[in-house]
Amino acid sequence: MAQFLLSVHHGVDDPMPPEEEIQQMFAAVGAFNDKVRDAGKWVFAGGLEGVESATTVDATGSEPVVTDGPFAESKEYLGGFWVIEAADLDEALTWASAGSAACGGKVEVRPFQSE
Amino acid sequence: MSDFEEALTRIHREEYAAVVASLVRRFGDIDLAEDAASEALVVALEHWATSGIPPNPGGWLTTTATRKALDRIRRESHRDPKHRQAAMIIDPTPPSDPGVVDDDRLRLLFTCCHPALAPEARVALTLKLIGGLTVEEIAAGFLVPPTTMAQRITRAKRKIAAAHIPYRVPQAADLPARLSAVLSVVYLVFNEGYLSASGAAPIREDLCREAIRLARLLLELIPTEPEVTGLLALMLLTEARRPARVAGGELVTLGEQDRGRWDRDLIEEGHTLVRECLAFNRPGHYQLLAAINAVHTDALAASDTDWGQITALYDQLYAVTPTPVVALNRAVAHAELDGPVVALAIVDRLALTTYHAWHATRADLLRRLGRSVEAAAAYDDAIAATDNSAERAYLARRRGQLG
Repeated sequence: MAQFLLSVHHGVDDPMPPEEEIQQMFAAVGAFNDKVRDAGKWVFAGGLEGVESATTVDATGSEPVVTDGPFAESKEYLGGFWVIEAADLDEALTWASAGSAACGGKVEVRPFQSE
Repeated sequence: MSDFEEALTRIHREEYAAVVASLVRRFGDIDLAEDAASEALVVALEHWATSGIPPNPGGWLTTTATRKALDRIRRESHRDPKHRQAAMIIDPTPPSDPGVVDDDRLRLLFTCCHPALAPEARVALTLKLIGGLTVEEIAAGFLVPPTTMAQRITRAKRKIAAAHIPYRVPQAADLPARLSAVLSVVYLVFNEGYLSASGAAPIREDLCREAIRLARLLLELIPTEPEVTGLLALMLLTEARRPARVAGGELVTLGEQDRGRWDRDLIEEGHTLVRECLAFNRPGHYQLLAAINAVHTDALAASDTDWGQITALYDQLYAVTPTPVVALNRAVAHAELDGPVVALAIVDRLALTTYHAWHATRADLLRRLGRSVEAAAAYDDAIAATDNSAERAYLARRRGQLG
């Protein structure tokens, strides 16, 4: 069993969908989350506040420096993610495609380093 | 090459996949499996030179390679606690059941052709692990430097390990889609050999032969999927025309080929396979292409070609695969029945301006209509769009013949 990060990325310029669609998406994601939990594959998941709420900390120098905003200006940003358990990539891809359909966004699948 | 060396090369090609696949299943490590298989071949070279080739060289190689792999794990386990743990859980039973070995090759083929790998990496890995070709041979086949090809293969193997790409035949629900990825890799290898987009040698025979060998193996492992049979038939019927396809460094079109030079044995085998796959009554892309080629190779002279049947098959193919390239070939077939005016109208509507065959087809239709100035311009565009020397020679001659 290995762990995978399924991350959802949004474009900065993506238009906000209408309220009704957002509600449908929440319901679909909730149902998907239940399936992941029922299958015993759930590790952790969450949706993130918008990128304008990000703060970056840099403590690589002598004093930590705190700045407003994401660490790099980008056209895309992380909107939310799941961490799941799966036997192999094929299983992770199957979960990812159900997750993508539920949240209405592209899902990137990345394995965690083992140990 | 001596008889012994030739036999050894043949055994290497035929048995390599089975040896590597069996070791990958056992040890879950492609690099270890490949290294052990190579070591076993070196031992075989020394041993068989004096004692002769054993009756079951494949089994001999697998046993020897397994021993080499176990030796290495034991050696490394002294240094590395992780390996020590791995060595302890290894199954000590010798692999001997040939049914299981066949399954291993199929598993490995699906791993090599996994959609999570880049298409060019799938092709390279398949030729390396299933075809038993060296990195240098694959690099030469695809006209890239060996270091580039080596990096491509290393990166793909690293991804298989890091991303947990599984080593098994996909479940029934996923099989058709995954099998089609495997078939397209095999056909890509064949086409790279047959229609290579560039390079001095217009047909790289090794790649064509390798693709046919892979398709034969696939058919042996999955005899119930008509598309597998269709792909093998398609490649055999294409390969059969190879002796007549290039003459004096120039491409010869199907209509102008010396049909006496076609390989009748390959044609006969291809026709049998086409009948077999169509009997499943589940027509698909490769089966229909094979059927079209069967009709072409059925005609002893170009004028005997049954264009009615060919256009009907192209209509069916376009229903299955509605791509601009299929539309182009369908238009060429319709030109034979309905004339070049109708065909040109279809061709001009296709968005294929970067495809050399589109320009060449337009040029030919314009030539037949006597529109020489436009035909000359289309020939120029076609010549500019291909690097294949035989094709350029053909197009240049045709252009020179315009009135």
